[in-house]
Parts: sequence; structure tokens; C-alpha cells
Amino acid sequence: MSMIAALFEPLNFVENLRYMGLGMLGIFIVIGVITLLTIFLNKVTEQKPDEQPDQKG
Amino acid sequence: MEVLYQNLLHLDIKMVIMWIIGGILIYLAIKKDMEPTLLLPMGFGAILVNLPFSGAITQGLEEGPLSILYNAGIANELFPLILFIGIGAMIDFGPLLSNPILMLFGAAAQFGIFFTLCTASMFFDINDAASIAIIGAADGPTSIVVGQKLNSNYIGAIMVAAYSYMALVPIIQPPIIKLLTTKTERKIRMEYTQKPVSKTTRILFPICITIIAGLIAPASVALVGFLMFGNLIRECGVLDSLSETAQKSLANLVTIFLGITIASQMQAANFLKVDTLLILFLGLVAFIFDTAGGVIFAKILNLFLKKKINPMIGAAGISAFPMSGRVVHKLALKEDPTNFLLMQATGVNVSGQIASVIAGGLILNFFLH
Repeated sequence: MSMIAALFEPLNFVENLRYMGLGMLGIFIVIGVITLLTIFLNKVTEQKPDEQPDQKG
Repeated sequence: MEVLYQNLLHLDIKMVIMWIIGGILIYLAIKKDMEPTLLLPMGFGAILVNLPFSGAITQGLEEGPLSILYNAGIANELFPLILFIGIGAMIDFGPLLSNPILMLFGAAAQFGIFFTLCTASMFFDINDAASIAIIGAADGPTSIVVGQKLNSNYIGAIMVAAYSYMALVPIIQPPIIKLLTTKTERKIRMEYTQKPVSKTTRILFPICITIIAGLIAPASVALVGFLMFGNLIRECGVLDSLSETAQKSLANLVTIFLGITIASQMQAANFLKVDTLLILFLGLVAFIFDTAGGVIFAKILNLFLKKKINPMIGAAGISAFPMSGRVVHKLALKEDPTNFLLMQATGVNVSGQIASVIAGGLILNFFLH
């Protein structure tokens, strides 16, 4: 345990919090873009309901 | 006569401890059915490489087959990438494409990775801390690729932790989910309407994901690309035979070699250290905070939504496909035997697969210089 105790740097947690912020922001941006794109793809490629053939009396 | 027992004289207690660890992995694989495809080869391999002067690994100038396999398939990240083709071919993105909003839970459930990065950085240098944090991706191939690219000194322990915790998802997640949700929340019903997804969307989806991920996190493009290539083979409709091969033969073949080759890094001298215990603990922290991230995100959304979401589905964003989705489904059934959340949880679960790979790419973007 002595080696780990020697390496223990609690301030690193605070220093690296910016990576937590950047990482979560980055992942939400990428996933957000993918979500919007998927919604767009679903809309564009949506199958229209079959048109009823004209009724001729 | 001496030749028969001289090797025994080189046996030490650490090797015997590794046999016991190997035995436990084999026991978990066979008796508890926990990720047997990986834990069994890893357990056997742990015994194989911890025999005095084991010929399975390189000894001096004499090259061992597991060391050769390691250099040929893991040190250059080839095995995990090929396995990703098989995984991509196995995944049906249908439930996710039908309800794309579910993807946000996959993003939220990567919180454990970044929390663990900060925690691990108190004990390890930043590249090792980042490699340890990615255990929280709950995705073995991603852990291997990130650990290798960042040149981690703890790749063996990271791989063992990543695969072991994936197997332990049914044990780790339920108490965290129960701790963070009320009985009423766990009983929330979610309507599921399977909206039709066109073939064009299914084909364009893997291509678009590869382009987006490649543009934002270029270091992850191999991971995302191989996963999505596998999925494209599945969805294109003209390569059924290749899709079947990728899902079964290819994935099985790579898995056999992957498990036993990972074990080549479980030599007692490198593995039995306090650092390993700390890495196992940090891996657990990553899984716990991933689960918490997903559940808490769903609870926050519920503050604003008229139609409430069952917050348990957030936990399925941890990746660990398909165990995590099943865990949520079973928990919902336990609270109310008529509440079926399987489709929603599966949708979130596959989104976690995508999000975890992107998280790996972002980690590489930050620290790969």
C-alpha cells in the first residue's frame, strides 16, 4: 500500500474534473447529433400509407 | 530422476494463488453462467501461464504461442476490432431507431467513465487513469483498444476487470438501481409502440454514425467503423451468409483466442500487486457510477415530462449488451409481473454500445498524443 500512498494526489481529482465536463458534453453532443439524424432519416424514409385507388361509380 | 521434479522447485505461492483465481473464473463461467465464453478461457489461461517456465508464454529467447498471439492480435488491437464486426452483426438497432430519444440514456450512462478518470488520476498517471476509467465502457474490445493505444502498464488487470464486471452486471446493477429509485418509480409503465423503420434508415444509420464519430473523434473511427461495418453487413439484406458468419463463426473464433490470449497478461509477477486490487476497485466504481448516471438522468427528465419514464431503463445505457437490458427487464417484472420493459431497455442498451465506443474515442482524443 505504501507505493500507492506515495502516489496519492487528491488534487488531481479536481484538476481533471474538466475532462469529466468536456467528456460528458462531447458525448451528449455526438449522441444528440446522431439522435437528430435518426429522427430526420425516419421522417425522410417514412413509408406513406398506401393511396386508396380511385372509386369510379 | 532430478529432471522429473526440478521444475516443481520453481513453483511459488503466487503461482498457486493465480491457479485459484483461474479456478474461480472457471467456476463462475460454468456454475454461474457468467460470460462463459470469456471467463472460461481466461481462467484456464491463468493456470496455463502460471506454471514454472510455462512454454505457453515467451521464456527468454524461446517464444511461446500465447505471447505470439498477444503480439499478433491484441498488442495491435486486431482481435477486438475483428470481434466488433461480429458484435455489430449481432446488434439489431431496430428498437433504438424506432425510438431515437432513447439514445440520450446511453450518453448519460457513460458518466462512470469520466468520474473514474478523475478518481483514478489520484493514484495513477493520466494515461493509466484513462485506460482504467474505460473499464466503465462495459465493453471489452473498447477497453483493450484504449488501453493499448494509451500504452497502459496495467492492460492485463484492465482486461480482466472489464470482462469480469461485464459478467457481474446482474449482481452489481440491481442494488444500485433499487437504492436510487422508489418502488413507485420502478412500477412506472412505458407504452411501447413499434414504429416501422425503413430499410433505407437501417442501411444509412451505420454509415452516418461512422462518418459523425469519425469527424468528431477520429481516434475512435476504427472501433466505430468495425462495429458499424458488421451492422451494415447485417442490414444490407444481400450478405446474409457473411452476416451469419460474422455473428457466429468469426465472433466465436476470435473469442476463443481473445480469452486465452488475455490470460497471457495474468502472470503472477505482473498481476498480484496492490495496483491490481485498486484497478478492480476502480472498475467497480466505474460500473456503479455509470448505472447511477443513467438512472439519475431519467429521474431528472421525469421532472419535466408529462408521460413519466421508468428510471430503471437509464441503467441499461451502461452497454454490457444484452445483460444490462435483461437486468432492467427482470427488475421491472419483479415489481409488477405485467410490466414489460424489455424493448425499451434493449433500445437503451444498444445505444450504450454506441455511446461507450464514442466515449472511448473521446478519451483517446484527450490523451493520445
